[in-house]
Amino acid sequence: MRSEAAISANELTKWFGEGTLKTFAVREVSFQAYFGEILFIVGPSGSGKTTLLSMISGVLRPNVGSVAIEGVDIWQLAPDQLADFRLNKVGFVFQDYHLFPRLTTIENVAIPLILRKKNWEESIEEAARYLEIVGLKNKAELPPMKLSGGEQQRVALARALVSQPDLMIFDEPTASLDGDTGRRIMNFIKNNVLSDQRCILIVTHDNRIFEYADRIMKMEDGRIIGFDNGRSH
Amino acid sequence: MNGILKLAFKLLVNDKGKYAALLVGITFAVFLMVQMTSIFSGILTKASSTVINLGAQVWVMDPAVTNVASSIPLPTYVLDAVRSINGVKYAVPLYSGSALVKLENGVFQFVTVLGLDDNSLLGHPELIEGKIEDIYAENAFVAVQDTEISKLGNPRPGTEFEINDHRGVIVGLAKVSVSGLFGIPTLYTTYSRAIQYIPSTRFTIAYILVEPKSNDVIPSIQDQVRQLGYVALTKQGFMQKIADYYKYQTGLGTNILIMTVVSFLVGLSISGQTFYTFILENLEKFGALKAIGAKGNELVYMIFFQATFSAIIGYGLGVGLCAVVITLAKLRIPEYSANITFTTLAFALVMVLIIAGISSYIGIRKVLKIEPFDIFRS
Repeated sequence: MRSEAAISANELTKWFGEGTLKTFAVREVSFQAYFGEILFIVGPSGSGKTTLLSMISGVLRPNVGSVAIEGVDIWQLAPDQLADFRLNKVGFVFQDYHLFPRLTTIENVAIPLILRKKNWEESIEEAARYLEIVGLKNKAELPPMKLSGGEQQRVALARALVSQPDLMIFDEPTASLDGDTGRRIMNFIKNNVLSDQRCILIVTHDNRIFEYADRIMKMEDGRIIGFDNGRSH
Repeated sequence: MNGILKLAFKLLVNDKGKYAALLVGITFAVFLMVQMTSIFSGILTKASSTVINLGAQVWVMDPAVTNVASSIPLPTYVLDAVRSINGVKYAVPLYSGSALVKLENGVFQFVTVLGLDDNSLLGHPELIEGKIEDIYAENAFVAVQDTEISKLGNPRPGTEFEINDHRGVIVGLAKVSVSGLFGIPTLYTTYSRAIQYIPSTRFTIAYILVEPKSNDVIPSIQDQVRQLGYVALTKQGFMQKIADYYKYQTGLGTNILIMTVVSFLVGLSISGQTFYTFILENLEKFGALKAIGAKGNELVYMIFFQATFSAIIGYGLGVGLCAVVITLAKLRIPEYSANITFTTLAFALVMVLIIAGISSYIGIRKVLKIEPFDIFRS
């Protein structure tokens, strides 16, 4: 792990609703995450994990506070710049994967490259390399719905990796996988996705995979209640 | 193809069920719109058949004339006055009226009789049997060989009939480019014979056909005819007047307009609803694209492309289907009145693009509203 901060969150606060309906999802959260680190964000439902993840990844604007990624305050960027930031710097693996059922597996993986205005053929060629990395090259032409849950997870992973992001965001990556598949995915992330140039944030409930974390950030009621060392957890 | 457009294309066409439903909706709408407007166009063309077939450049008539079949007789002095107008090369009278003929088998049949100027025979049709000079023979008439000729018992040269107790003889068969609207056979004869054989009012000139010395003098001829208290219309002007009459004074145009609007609404509702469902089903995916880094304008571009692409394909299919149906109908009924014109095609294209615009607007609004955060929360 490098000592350089990949993410610097400062006093992040987010609430929904106004007046009597005002509900705080995240309150004054500050932390740093580093390149070469896998940081787990854990906590019970409603603790603000997903809201925090969304603010860090440039998806949800905080009411108060700032997020600096590699020193750039992302919430000072214009909307199109923010979209470019997400496209170039962040790789998302959503809980439900959100793969396009009408596209083939390889076309799904190529989407971020296509959004980067790469031409179709080049994008497909490059996507094939990432499908090979996740071990699904032989399923490139299948629609995602014909794949198992674990395979779909790997396709989503390949789609997140294909743009070579500095920051990888996983939302409950093992929630819908059995224990063995979940561990295989986590091993893959640890061994193939993590690097000195990349920071990985994982939101999870799944204590079976806590051993893969470098640090675990615990949240409750929108606040950080502490950090644990993952491997010693 | 640009990568984003190809992505939009694949998202659209790979959803075969929805895409087919979308195309069926648009095709159906285009088919109905083109069919309706083509029928109307065909009716208007047939309503102007006499004007088209006679081919005179300028027509002088009473200002109250609304269509070619309802001519108002002109006093003879008008013919002399028109002939004296500077710029008129020649002007001839035309008789246009209807008569009852008694066929050889005793059956009575209404006919339209056109009496051409005896000297020039201006506007005579092309004969496919017999010679035009034979029209000067005693009791001579030329019959138009169209689908209505069977109502005259499919006469040949030499066939006789009675017209107002006069003997009539068919001396030739002619072809015309457009047959009439009302399904009545047409007979050509000379002006003098027409007014002699057919009971007439005091004045017998239905129209004065004018040949100007050049196109440039037409406005001045029109101006001088106006000073006489009559109107001189170009061929196109007269056709437009007839079209306006059918459009605005018969209810026909309103009915066709209503049916076209209904066709448009049917197409819009089918394709709009299908496209909206398509967007709704893919809404989370569009949200995911937004989260990944797609910009709002790129999503708009994709959706607009999908709607426009469907509209254009549906337009092609609709026009093709309409052409097939009209062709088949014309094979069965040669005088079936429907013309697919460029105006009709342009009109349908505009309407289908409006359908695409509205459909995509509905989808775009929905997609632009979705927050990428909703994808995390899902």
